[in-house]
Amino acid sequence: MSVSLVLILVMVVLYACGIYLLLERSMTRVLLGFLLVGNATNLLIIVMAGKAGLAPIVGDGVEAEQMTDPLPEALILTAIVITFGVSAFLMALIYRSWRLAKQDSVQDDEADIALRGGVVAMEGEGSTVDRSDTEFGTRAEGAISTARDLEEDDEDAAAEAATSADDGGAKR
Amino acid sequence: MNALVPLVVLIPLIGAASALVLGRRPHAQRLVTIAALVLVLVIGAVMLYVVDTSGPLMMEVGGWAAPFGIVLIVDRLAALMVVVSALVLLAVLVFSVGQGLADGDQETPVSIYYPTYLILATGVFNAFIAGDLFNLYVGFEILLVASYVLITLGGTEARIRAGTTYIVVSLVSSMLFLASIAMIYGAVGTVNIAQISLRMAEIPIDVQIILHIMLLVAFGIKAAVFPLSFWLPDSYPTAPAPVTAVFAGLLTKVGVYAIIRTETIIFPGSELNPALLVLALLTMVVGVLGAVAQADIKRLLSFTLVSHIGYMILGVALGSVAGTAAATFYIVHHIVVQTTLFLGAGLIERIGGSTSITKLGGLLKASPLIALLFFIPALNLGGIPPFSGFIGKLALFQAAAEQGTWLAWALIGAGAVVSLLTLYALMRVWNMAFWRPEADVEGYESTLLDNVSEAPGGHTVTETRTVPKLMIGATAGMVVASVALTVFAGPLFGISTRAGENLEGPGQYVQIVFPEATGD
Repeated sequence: MSVSLVLILVMVVLYACGIYLLLERSMTRVLLGFLLVGNATNLLIIVMAGKAGLAPIVGDGVEAEQMTDPLPEALILTAIVITFGVSAFLMALIYRSWRLAKQDSVQDDEADIALRGGVVAMEGEGSTVDRSDTEFGTRAEGAISTARDLEEDDEDAAAEAATSADDGGAKR
Repeated sequence: MNALVPLVVLIPLIGAASALVLGRRPHAQRLVTIAALVLVLVIGAVMLYVVDTSGPLMMEVGGWAAPFGIVLIVDRLAALMVVVSALVLLAVLVFSVGQGLADGDQETPVSIYYPTYLILATGVFNAFIAGDLFNLYVGFEILLVASYVLITLGGTEARIRAGTTYIVVSLVSSMLFLASIAMIYGAVGTVNIAQISLRMAEIPIDVQIILHIMLLVAFGIKAAVFPLSFWLPDSYPTAPAPVTAVFAGLLTKVGVYAIIRTETIIFPGSELNPALLVLALLTMVVGVLGAVAQADIKRLLSFTLVSHIGYMILGVALGSVAGTAAATFYIVHHIVVQTTLFLGAGLIERIGGSTSITKLGGLLKASPLIALLFFIPALNLGGIPPFSGFIGKLALFQAAAEQGTWLAWALIGAGAVVSLLTLYALMRVWNMAFWRPEADVEGYESTLLDNVSEAPGGHTVTETRTVPKLMIGATAGMVVASVALTVFAGPLFGISTRAGENLEGPGQYVQIVFPEATGD
């Protein structure tokens, strides 16, 4: 079995860069890393198909030995579709995270921080991001447009509580 | 009867599509979802009966013969898993219907909840009946993508944060799984599990071990085996209670199921078994120590979940018929009991307004029924006789004692200690949340009376935070099911043992796909 060295080298570079990016704390880089690793894996499947040959299945007098193995290509197509769907979901997640918390980085778990005695390990990384040039809006909207806004609710409830307390006082 | 096999995947998939179309009619959507799962449960039960009495079912999708097309296989293990999963999915669905009805669906966007839930079911069932490694990958992806949506449901800040950890970890494990499929294809030239099993024996042992480790790491992340379990207690607790319950019950078990298939069919009698035994021991001990330290009920339960994965890995890693049989029984027991406990935690959250045991108290007086519904599965998980947890652990310990190495004895000792610690952790929850009088809780705020509101008529009405009957009913049903596992432990253990015997060596599995092949 002989395969193209170029494919292997490209695969290695993609894996190396992808894994490096996956280890980052910034979600956008994690997404890019995931895309690189996904493509590297697709290349790995191609490499595993063995030597490249003529187009499979079509026939036209091509011997079976001269054809490219068609199965890995089917596997890759499936893998590409899955990677595409997951990437789209990740982008939505990153966007949501930005709208909600103005954070692109993965945050520490609150309970973990509590266990450590309230010390936040990653100091300042998220807070040094310059937010002035963002094109995203400044305020997160509810996931369901028809749902009540919980934050507004709280404010309303607080206001109501205040007024009702005043009323109660006045009546008394 | 073979025609029943693909229905297990098709029905939830079609149900999901119809539920999505019915997005604006919640009532019809609920009916479709429940009907789909009831159908799968019935089909699963029929398949279990047929498989147990007259041998395994096999379906070549699209009529393509075995090594070229995709095969779907239902043997005893797969059929048992399908039945238990369908039961648990149905119970949790009823629970979430009850919760959704009561909450007026403000917190969860209901129009996508039910379709996504059915997609998750599709993925789980597809993974159980896959006879093809790539189809198993697709099954995993279906259930994972559905779980990404469910864990970030509603898109609140805490859920996005927890979901991010979960999603990134799952992505890495999926990529590892895909890469190992590529390597296995490179090594043996097929992705059909039975054919891989036939050809794997001819591969040099060092290559075998590399492929084996890659698969185990990929499945180990999904099954939350130590040291790959760190993500689970971090990400599960923030999701809505029914979602956490179904994740805890099923998703990790799909990973364990894949490990069983790997160990018994692809790499039988592997040299990695002692290493797996050590990992099982560490998973048990580290998991339960985490549970003892937690104050939040959902996190505590997540840690016991990790801990009890260790028991299943122990059974698988023994590599004997008794071990596999005991692991199968334990998986069934654990799916039911762990889900019940998470549903119980959901009920506690509902009446107590919190899941932190430092803030709860006096719930026994507030709701004796919920106290009972939490107490029974807690004892069961802790392994108190005569519950199924005790029977499962006893079977595992017997299988380990049969092997008789010092490592096996060490695992028996650790298993006994871990079950005591599990009991301690859960009884601490019970004592603090239910038994302790409210007066002992520092800064206690009665959540039962916090809904005093002005009625339109002008006079004050006191609303108590009532728990919908459907939620109680679903949890009670699961408790009854967990007790039924104890009562009918005999027949169930019979099926588990026969399932274990089916997996003694890959021969019987290979013969399902290639009847003419002479297995070893």
